[in-house]
Amino acid sequence: MPEQFTRLTSRTLVLPQANIDTDQIIPARFLTTTTRDGLGSAAFYDWRYGPDGALVPDAQLNTIDPAEHRILVAGDNFACGSSREHAPWALLDYGFRVIVSTGIADIFASNALKNGLVPVIVDADTHARLLADPGGRVTVDVECCELIAGNEPPVKFVIDPFARRCLLDGVDTLGWLVDRLPAIDSFEARTA
Amino acid sequence: MPPPEPRTLFDKLWDANLVEPERADAPAILYVGLHLVHEVTSPQAFAELNQRDLRVRRPDRTYATLDHSTPTLPPAASGARTYVTAAAAAQVDQLRANCERHGVRLADWDSHDRGVVHVMAPELGLTQPGMVVVCGDSHTATHGAFGALAFGIGTSEVAHVLATQCLLQRKPKQMRVTVDGRLGPGVSAKDLTLAVVNRIGFGGGSGHVIEYAGDAIRVLGMEGRMTLCNMSIEAGARAGMIAPDETTFAYLRGRRHAPEDFEAAVAKWRAFVTDDGARFDSEIQIDAATISPMATFGTTPDASIAIGAPTPSARDDSERQALHYMGFAAGAPTTDHAIDVVFVGSCTNGRLTDLRDAAAVLRGRRVKEGVRMLVVPGSESVKQQAEAEGLDRVFIDAGAEWRLPGCSMCIAMNGDFVGAGQLAVSTSNRNFEGRQGKGARTILASPATAAASAVTGKLTDPRAFLEAAHA
Repeated sequence: MPEQFTRLTSRTLVLPQANIDTDQIIPARFLTTTTRDGLGSAAFYDWRYGPDGALVPDAQLNTIDPAEHRILVAGDNFACGSSREHAPWALLDYGFRVIVSTGIADIFASNALKNGLVPVIVDADTHARLLADPGGRVTVDVECCELIAGNEPPVKFVIDPFARRCLLDGVDTLGWLVDRLPAIDSFEARTA
Repeated sequence: MPPPEPRTLFDKLWDANLVEPERADAPAILYVGLHLVHEVTSPQAFAELNQRDLRVRRPDRTYATLDHSTPTLPPAASGARTYVTAAAAAQVDQLRANCERHGVRLADWDSHDRGVVHVMAPELGLTQPGMVVVCGDSHTATHGAFGALAFGIGTSEVAHVLATQCLLQRKPKQMRVTVDGRLGPGVSAKDLTLAVVNRIGFGGGSGHVIEYAGDAIRVLGMEGRMTLCNMSIEAGARAGMIAPDETTFAYLRGRRHAPEDFEAAVAKWRAFVTDDGARFDSEIQIDAATISPMATFGTTPDASIAIGAPTPSARDDSERQALHYMGFAAGAPTTDHAIDVVFVGSCTNGRLTDLRDAAAVLRGRRVKEGVRMLVVPGSESVKQQAEAEGLDRVFIDAGAEWRLPGCSMCIAMNGDFVGAGQLAVSTSNRNFEGRQGKGARTILASPATAAASAVTGKLTDPRAFLEAAHA
């Protein structure tokens, strides 16, 4: 059941690289789990730990308090690659609630929304401003579909109306689909 | 009455499987004809069903296999399998228990059907034109080669499909990639695929499904078509598809799960083509004759060049980091670097024709000393056919390792991996940092290129070897 999301104000964490793939977000060797819990410790593991397994002290992700930096601003085409839902599970468990980029991969965005992690697509100018101000305070408001950075005027973003309703109300999409079973029955009867 | 609007292959697939159309405030509900399941992305979905006391709605449309976490070395004399970790073994046990509980067919260790999910399902005739095919795996687009709407889904959606046989979807944009002309001798479907991904760009297909069309696509066999559709996600597109034709029907005829009234099915399948005049949101044209054997040089699958061409200069920090990670210099070819590992296999290139391509180069030759070559058939069926043709002997005699079917080094979660800093030539689909093992450096290429590179110990255009073989 996804957590509700209306509005969040937090500091950003900036990872400016383009094409951060889901193998970076959670390496495949952590996918042998059978639960969705506790994957935050594996988030960006190979960026946070060296080949010998020792913590990389100056890795950006190791220098912040995740509770204070809940908005991830990432380079273009974020979370491309594998469809693993372990990627949003790991990011959420690490502490993120919002991803902001100029491009977010389709499958990841779909997976993220089902778990209450909000993908926000912004224009290149807004993105550049956010990249230039790591740790800045940003508000993301799903009710108004607005992102507000510092004293800048609000920037509108687009979010699918169904996904928005699910975020605001914490709608469980499986339950919603199960409620549509009569329509599914009649489709099966029609096409059998 | 005005004539009906011309529709694309995708439009027809969408309409044929539409339970409810999309509205402003709700996505469409699509009916799934085939749901493929593997051990890595399904446990949490089954758990969701079990918590809610839901059943798998259509076990007859669901098929599971073991591929990602499974060892490729044979079991010990005791029969025990050497899983990389206890967690990997537990994940396989969990899938077995879930399938038993819900009456889902599982191609288990003792099944001759077992294989990499995207190799196995077409072999069994499960994948058919006109249907929606999904799997918790981004390379599900492979099945689009049959004129199916096939795409990868997340685990929440796996639960949706298990419980309702349906999926919530917004209609995507459509791109057509038309490849005319003929591929030159010794240029393979993988080279074409890398050229297509390069042309579209890594994220260029985001929000789209792709239809591949043109003369060069029509002459590809089903294996080549699967290789091409397989890597649609590497251009950001969730699905890639090719209209079914005589090649498709000939492949399916006689397969175990092909329809009983095959001719009636073919008559229906013939309608799944794009009408003349149908519109796409974007169009790309490629001349097949301009494509040479290709290899990647960076850490995204679109970063490829003709083998031997100078490495392009980095245009931004991400590309600079990619060249730094790979240890390649702009302006110099990548063919001077000693390689450590060669991998032939995966859902991209683990089929019989791929193994034949690699064996044609390796026959009578040796893998260079110091190079480790792993050949992993895509399924039990591929393995058996390859052994019947003696391909296993070619690989073993050349000094390569001949393994059991599985995803193996492509995703490197079963214990098969490329060591830190090592350079690999791989027939798989992703060259991301660390994809084939922490610190591993990957060059993506075709099976023939992989085999030629194994012989010389450096990235090598296979055409010289093939010409020698024909001389």
